[in-house]
Amino acid sequence: MPVQDLKGSKIWQRRTGRESLFHWVLWLIGVAVFAYCWQQISASTTWFFVWDAPRIAHDIWTRATPPRWEYISQLGKPIWDTLNIATLGTIFSLVLAVPVAFLAARNTTPSRFLIRPIALLIIVSTRSINSLIWALLLIAIIGPGVFAGVIAIAIRSVGFCAKLLYEAIEEIDQTQVEAITATGASRWQVMAYGIVPQILPAFAGIAVFRWDINIRESTVLGLVGAGGIGLQLSSSLNVLAWPQVSLILLVILAAVVISEWVSAKVRGAII
Amino acid sequence: MSEVDTLIGKTWRKPSFIKRRWLRWALILGALAYLVAAYMTIDVNWVRVYEGLERGKKFVLAFTSPDFTSRSSDIYDGMLESIIMTIAASVVGIAISIPIALGAARNIAPLPVYLICRGIIAVSRALQEIIVAILLVAIFGFGPLAGFLTLSFATIGFLSKLLAEDIESMDKVQAEAIKASGAKWTQWINYGVQPQVMPRLIGLSIYRLDINFRESAILGLVGAGGIGATLNTAFDRYEYDTAAAILMLIILIVMALEYLSGVIRARVQ
Amino acid sequence: MLRLEKLVKTYKTGDQALKAVDLEVPEGQVLALIGPSGAGKSTLIRCINRLVEPTSGKVCLGDVDLTGLSSGHLRRERRRMGMIFQEYALVERLSVMENVLSGRLGYVGFWRSFLRRYPQSDVDEAFRLLDRVGLAHMADKRADELSGGQRQRVGICRALIQNPALLLVDEPTASLDPKTSRQIMRLICELCKERGLAAIINIHDVALAQMFVQRVIGLRLGAVEFDGPPEGLTPDVLTSIYGEEDWEATIAPVDEDDTLEAAQ
Repeated sequence: MPVQDLKGSKIWQRRTGRESLFHWVLWLIGVAVFAYCWQQISASTTWFFVWDAPRIAHDIWTRATPPRWEYISQLGKPIWDTLNIATLGTIFSLVLAVPVAFLAARNTTPSRFLIRPIALLIIVSTRSINSLIWALLLIAIIGPGVFAGVIAIAIRSVGFCAKLLYEAIEEIDQTQVEAITATGASRWQVMAYGIVPQILPAFAGIAVFRWDINIRESTVLGLVGAGGIGLQLSSSLNVLAWPQVSLILLVILAAVVISEWVSAKVRGAII
Repeated sequence: MSEVDTLIGKTWRKPSFIKRRWLRWALILGALAYLVAAYMTIDVNWVRVYEGLERGKKFVLAFTSPDFTSRSSDIYDGMLESIIMTIAASVVGIAISIPIALGAARNIAPLPVYLICRGIIAVSRALQEIIVAILLVAIFGFGPLAGFLTLSFATIGFLSKLLAEDIESMDKVQAEAIKASGAKWTQWINYGVQPQVMPRLIGLSIYRLDINFRESAILGLVGAGGIGATLNTAFDRYEYDTAAAILMLIILIVMALEYLSGVIRARVQ
Repeated sequence: MLRLEKLVKTYKTGDQALKAVDLEVPEGQVLALIGPSGAGKSTLIRCINRLVEPTSGKVCLGDVDLTGLSSGHLRRERRRMGMIFQEYALVERLSVMENVLSGRLGYVGFWRSFLRRYPQSDVDEAFRLLDRVGLAHMADKRADELSGGQRQRVGICRALIQNPALLLVDEPTASLDPKTSRQIMRLICELCKERGLAAIINIHDVALAQMFVQRVIGLRLGAVEFDGPPEGLTPDVLTSIYGEEDWEATIAPVDEDDTLEAAQ
């Protein structure tokens, strides 16, 4: 009881003695963990460089400005590649995500104890691993290039899209499905008439949302050699051509802003 | 019955999603043309891909026999560094994003503060983690400090935006009731706003912890500390069994975090 | 035509929704199923077309025992049973016409239905039915643009286009206002008479049931408590079905038009 009786007057406290002790211990552990983490980071940092950082930052800034505007003529093809990586990657991932989502949703999975866990495993493992790592792996397997980027984006997006989609499938109105079943429709007809119309808006929203994220991710895939504008960024960094780096960063920024704007517009139109 | 008589015998077609015929065909043809053009530029080297299948098979098989031992000290150090960066960056990032979120909520903050905070959020969200990491490594040198700063910076954009949206959509009446009692601004935030957004803040924080861990795995690629460097080396040397071991650890930790977030979210709601 | 023998449904939780229900419905009879919430009305209806699997007992439609059928045969039999739902259960993002035509799904193949290429006779029939319920001009509207009464009419068309022998009607008026409720009930009963259909109408509103049907079944705790003509619903009978209450205000449907408010 948070209310204590002390010499006839009632004292109200937010928590009981036990609860507040528990809270204090929790906070103490939290602070200790953070202190340990900070100490570890600090131990592996060369503090001389850090104190020198403002000077270096200023130095980089003066070298990077103004951007080398005429370099933009060489960025057309990389930007086109980046767009293709994101778009084709999203399309491939949707093709893969739809069946996975149907297998993972509780109300459509053919087997709860065998197939559903497998589908969930596919979702969590593709989601857990960043597209840059997928790109590294694919470059090791099929060689550098745009194709590796497309596949990396596709694999990374499968889990994301399938997760959102199976949640949408689980939220559908079951009586509409029942009504279609009652007409004597076959399993696939129930799917096409009862389930698909209900999840179509969610599907379109997910597709556009993921496409926006994929534009961002595909801008940096080139850093590991998987095509797109990141390749130019990487080579400019290697030769310390800072005016080119700043221009590329501006282009990436613009691409991100535009894709976010497009995706917001399209999603607004769907809903 | 005259109306129905005119309808009978007529074929029925589902009305199209896009009503104007020319627009529909223009969109379909445009999409097809784009797909063809995009496919042409991919330029797949099928011979190379075919050769790669063998390596791909090896990689998949490596998951059945992951090698945790031969590089165990590298894996251990890298993982620990990733986790340390994740935790430290999440704590600092969350601590900074709360005031920024308050400033970025239009129903709480005055306009100048609102614009500044929204600006910070926009910059943080527009810059990719890996690009920030490259710049910070250039400025602060190699090591986990750059990674830590990168993740903190990214956390601010993510968390402040979502939290600010939550504050903006909170129940006004509750907050007004507290204000009506004559509370100071800080008291008002503490009693009128905080209880309403706390569950969401906790949920988002754990979600961001999860994201930070996943991102920390790639920061090593550009020298900002964590498991990424070890992973990169493993791929470069075609040591698929070690790579498989690292990936499995990442997946396991992400799964554990997701489970944890489910438990905690169920408790706070 | 429809015969239930010792129909039992026990849910996984151990709740016994139906306790050995016996029931026989002759051709062309419209029958109301009344009873308190949780009496098993919905379960009974759903056990007939096996949207809910009965635990034991038999459901015979004509000479066919539905309980033992494989899923393919069950689908064929389901075509003979049209179902009308409480919340209309239209597929909201499809057009009115698509919803009506979905009643033919049991008759056309997958690709035909997927491409919306139904036989012309089905389309004609759909137009005829929509015209019969007064909605022919709405055919290309999306279902979620319609009002409650209009949606239920579309639901009725979807059930009738199956060309069924039996209608299973689950609380057709529960989400409608009193006037629309009557119109819908009248429409269902008229259509049954026109086409000689049998119907089981599961309904909350006793007065409404008395007004339109020839036979009433009272269900209580999963067992048949009353079976007889609507005039037989005396206060005593209602008490045995629903429990103690002043029933005089509910049952006096002499004049159709002013009892309804009292019944609400």
